[in-house]
Amino acid sequence: MNTLIAIIGLGILCLLFEIFDARKAIIPIVVIGLLAILGLDISEYNNPNTYYNNMLIVGKFSSGFSGLFIILTIFLVSLSHKFYENHQTKISDFIAIKIFLLAGAVAMVSFGNLAMFFLGIEVLSIALYVLASSNRLSIKSNEAGLKYFLMGSFASGIILFGICLIYGAMGSFDVTEISELSRSAELPIWFPIGIVLVFIGMLFKIAAVPFHFWAPDVYEGSPALTTALMSTLAKVVAVATLYKLVKTMNADISPAFQLIIVIVSIASMTVGNIMALRQVNVKRMLAFSGISHAGFMLMTLLSISKSSGTLLYYTSAYALAGIAAFSVILYVCKTKENEDITNFHGLGKNNPLMAAILTASLLSMAGIPVFGGFFAKLFLFNQAIQAEFIALVIIAVINSIISVGYYFKLILAMYTKEPNETKIPTPTVYYAVAVIAIVLNIALGLFPSFVLDLL
Amino acid sequence: MTNILNEIGIENYIFLSVILFCIGVFGVLYRRNAIIVFMSIEIMLNAVNLLFVAFSTYHQDAQGQVFVFFSMAVAAAEVAVGLAILVSIFRNLGSIDINNLKNLKG
Repeated sequence: MNTLIAIIGLGILCLLFEIFDARKAIIPIVVIGLLAILGLDISEYNNPNTYYNNMLIVGKFSSGFSGLFIILTIFLVSLSHKFYENHQTKISDFIAIKIFLLAGAVAMVSFGNLAMFFLGIEVLSIALYVLASSNRLSIKSNEAGLKYFLMGSFASGIILFGICLIYGAMGSFDVTEISELSRSAELPIWFPIGIVLVFIGMLFKIAAVPFHFWAPDVYEGSPALTTALMSTLAKVVAVATLYKLVKTMNADISPAFQLIIVIVSIASMTVGNIMALRQVNVKRMLAFSGISHAGFMLMTLLSISKSSGTLLYYTSAYALAGIAAFSVILYVCKTKENEDITNFHGLGKNNPLMAAILTASLLSMAGIPVFGGFFAKLFLFNQAIQAEFIALVIIAVINSIISVGYYFKLILAMYTKEPNETKIPTPTVYYAVAVIAIVLNIALGLFPSFVLDLL
Repeated sequence: MTNILNEIGIENYIFLSVILFCIGVFGVLYRRNAIIVFMSIEIMLNAVNLLFVAFSTYHQDAQGQVFVFFSMAVAAAEVAVGLAILVSIFRNLGSIDINNLKNLKG
């Protein structure tokens, strides 16, 4: 609760800096403020509580995930200064939107009432529509923004209709009340329809097959920093919210629902990986890779009572690798028009450290040992085997092997091809963010129990 | 108010809302003019608002009506952002036909 209020306060403060003409101070102060909020969030970890008639439920789950979101936002805000170098007059708007987006994200994982859930999802989405089309002179960014807007508000409409039917069946928006009622009485047919509609809307938001078609276009067209935000923060938020929603609203999942999750998960992994193999644009490739990772993350829904630690671990490993990879992409493609793979030729000779970081983060996403991604997949598969979904695990392992194919395409381009231009200087902040993110990722791999036992 | 609801029946309200919602969905899927697509999204959201109010009366519970205020505010914010995106597209392309937006493919 205090976390949420502090984040919104920081966002407003950020807008006030614009008025007082203190733009240079914005990024350092916001980073310090977010670190303080992270401390506040940790202090809430041990004090589970509910606020405003169960509107917000603060507990281990919400504060664990909020901590991850705040860390990711710190990285994204620190990257902003260099990225918006030519738009210094608008920097406070960009930062403020990112902070309000974080407020939406925190509201989404700590909801106790469907009204809060809906408001959180809308705050997050509207902020993302603005960021996706924020490069207003580029027609690609406009197109990405409009596509994201249309798909996103369409999905919001479906979620709203689902919430309405659930309310009609139960007469309440409170999730604990709904889950109690759903066990006892004879239910109207509207209730399962409502649950299915909300589930479909959330699959839109996390870009799982068959609702993934917007993701590659939007990721490719948006400014690179927004793509980084979407593929790390927004995806993690949506998955965590879906997990919490399914966990609180229907704790004992029926076999038919499990079958749907298995099918969606297999389809997401396979389609994402196979489509990623033939991409030449790195952002587009990472979009498809994100779709396949959404499939992996959905596997946690199958053993829902005990997999929240695994989900936090998987999402942290994925998001930290994503941040490291995107800070290298931001550096390489800063002066380029597009993000084609040819821009990465010879990076291993020009800038060995950046090439090594990108290699490490891609290996983590592919699931090679030492990095966090490997252990995340290990624990995930372990839990799926314990829940007796052997076939799903076999397909998931095959998919991990396929994914190595396209990650290595990029790695080979960096190390075996000749560089097509001379070295360009690296801003230190890109180095710092990339190194810290990848070090955190490796630390996750070395000390997995730290995060796994959090929830 | 409850008498009217009893006479008409909550099912009819649901059918009306579903029909309106589907009109909105098909508008989004088939119309190519961005403004009409926006209007279709508004129809979807307003169909839901209607159903919220009907359910609120059905349950004799004010929560549903309060939720309508939230969803109206959200819809207004969403359309404001959408129209801003549309204006910048019109400045770049000189048209708001969705079929012209084909730069991103692969």
